[in-house]
Amino acid sequence: MDYFLELFLGGLTRGSIYALIALGYTMVYGIIELINFAHGEIYMIGAFTALIVAGVLTLMGWNEIAILVIASIVAVIYSSAYGFTIEKIAYKPIRKAPRLSALISAIGMSMFLQNYVLLAQTSDFLPFPSLIPQFEFLEPYAHIIRPSELVIYTVTASVMVALTIMIKFTSIGKAMRATSQDKTMAALVGIDVDRVISVTFIVGSATAAIGGVLIASHIGQINFYIGFIAGIKAFVAAVLGGIGSIPGAVLGALVLGWTESFFTGYVSSDYEDVFAFVFLVFILIFRPAGILGRSEAEKV
Amino acid sequence: MLKLRSAKALAIMAALVMAGAVFVSCGESEKPAEQAKEAAPAKEEAPIRMGVAGPHSGDLASYGIPTVKAAELVVEHRNEMGGICGQKIELIVEDDVCKPEIATNTATKLVGEKVDFVLGHICSGATKAALGIYKDSNIPVMSPSATNPALTQSGDYPNFFRTIASDDAQARLEVDFALDRLKLSKIAVLHDKGDYGKGLAEFAKAFLEAEPEAEVVLYEGITPGAVDYTAVVQKIKNSGAQAVIFGGYHPEASKIVTQMRKKAMDTIFISDDGVKDDTFIKVAGEYAEGVYATGPMDTTTNPMAVMATEAHRQKYGEDPGAFFLNAYAAALALLNAVEKSNSTDYDDIVNALRTEYVATPLGIIRFDERGDAIGVGFAMYQVQNGEYVEIK
Repeated sequence: MDYFLELFLGGLTRGSIYALIALGYTMVYGIIELINFAHGEIYMIGAFTALIVAGVLTLMGWNEIAILVIASIVAVIYSSAYGFTIEKIAYKPIRKAPRLSALISAIGMSMFLQNYVLLAQTSDFLPFPSLIPQFEFLEPYAHIIRPSELVIYTVTASVMVALTIMIKFTSIGKAMRATSQDKTMAALVGIDVDRVISVTFIVGSATAAIGGVLIASHIGQINFYIGFIAGIKAFVAAVLGGIGSIPGAVLGALVLGWTESFFTGYVSSDYEDVFAFVFLVFILIFRPAGILGRSEAEKV
Repeated sequence: MLKLRSAKALAIMAALVMAGAVFVSCGESEKPAEQAKEAAPAKEEAPIRMGVAGPHSGDLASYGIPTVKAAELVVEHRNEMGGICGQKIELIVEDDVCKPEIATNTATKLVGEKVDFVLGHICSGATKAALGIYKDSNIPVMSPSATNPALTQSGDYPNFFRTIASDDAQARLEVDFALDRLKLSKIAVLHDKGDYGKGLAEFAKAFLEAEPEAEVVLYEGITPGAVDYTAVVQKIKNSGAQAVIFGGYHPEASKIVTQMRKKAMDTIFISDDGVKDDTFIKVAGEYAEGVYATGPMDTTTNPMAVMATEAHRQKYGEDPGAFFLNAYAAALALLNAVEKSNSTDYDDIVNALRTEYVATPLGIIRFDERGDAIGVGFAMYQVQNGEYVEIK
């Protein structure tokens, strides 16, 4: 039973990691129906920014909490700027082009950013400091749950709730929903569509940056390539949960995390990915729009 | 001029032969005088011919060219010193592009050139393809780089020797170390599903299963680059393993070690030269302490290695490439065998290789019955205070 609980928590951690990245993915898709492949790279850039800021602040002798907060804030600002700029450069000029063009542009952006960080920083793995402080009340449970895991669960849940509230109850959220339904109509009733899309990218990138900081502190190492694999898994999670749905992304990510964890624990890690993807295919056969996705009639 | 020199050499040789065993420096073989006399004139006509085979063009040329340079340096030096008992050494260099199908042609060509022995080939596949041809022609072959275990262990090629440890040497060392030095019995074997890591893990598993007191409690392949390895770490814990033997590279190793230590597990971690890398220590930080990893024996303090590297720099203006020291050692070992046995006959050379120690940049070596170099191989290192320290 202990083993089951450990695997359950392991899957929860892994799922929450996927979820933090999947949230931004699914939100951008929900609003402008673009699979933003560069999202994983934004996550990676967030982690690199936090690493640099944390390094400088540690040298200046700041305390742990202040470093975590400031590094996260800088990472969020920096990544949001990247997200904003990427949209303006790579997606906006081809917004009216067929969807495939935007997809190719996104893949190109992803490769560009990877190689940019590779050249500007390094191809080596870099140690990432554990920015998350040790909570004393967790000491007795250290072998089961670590502080970084607890923080990741909490933040994932909070981000999910905050995004849902933003989309459901704020005016920008209403504008987002309108834009998602019909860009032309939204523009006709006075919504600044460009601004709505920019905000979407900024918010999506901010969640990716938070994910970058927390996940890198949890794992303890980063390199220029981390965004790619994490991005693929997050994308799968978003599809599994129903792409475009915020709670769906989290649910999909958790299902994926648990699937992988239990399969590794009880069967074998050799075919972990194979099993995860077989599971995905299975779900999509029975629910083509994902677990929480709504199948909408195609607009004509 | 040439005639004159060879006549002079003949005279010297004749004198040597007559002197017989007195001139120990030129061989210890105490053959009946008549037999030696018969052999002597034949040897006089041509210099000792050393074949060098490997990829010298194509995309793997960087593996083969350092061996040619090593052979050139050794032979040049030797010839300046007067060759072996007055006989000069000549190099016959042939390209095999690392391809088995071409290597057979290369071998046939070298046999046709009547080489006395061959330094090469470089790639395991090409070496294997060529070995049969050399075996039929009774030509000893020494590779500086072919690591496939079967080349020596199958016993099919008594004419084959090598100055590099075989692929399974690291697994052997890891297993022996865990069982004999650390006195462990329950071992988890993990790998990263790659050629290198999985190959190593398979050997380690096979060696462990052959030991009655050892038990492989877990054998798993992990996904390289995954975001975390919590589930695998839990599985290791659940298996009750005292140690993990991991085949793979440092990014995965550092993640696993870090997650194990953070979960308050003190399971011993033993890995390979993919992990014996300073990046591992840098990334895993304090968690790297106590981790064991095998790596090539340290040759930086060997004066011959320093000299050979320096000679390469002077002649070619750059640092030597892959397998240079192994090739240098192989060339020295071959020439030493010829000198000690005072013969270029197959049986004499092979016998001398197996019995005579020779000082090389890799240390003082000789070869075992199967053709693997004794004294060449891997050493166990442990992370102590932030650096790898060799464990004697």
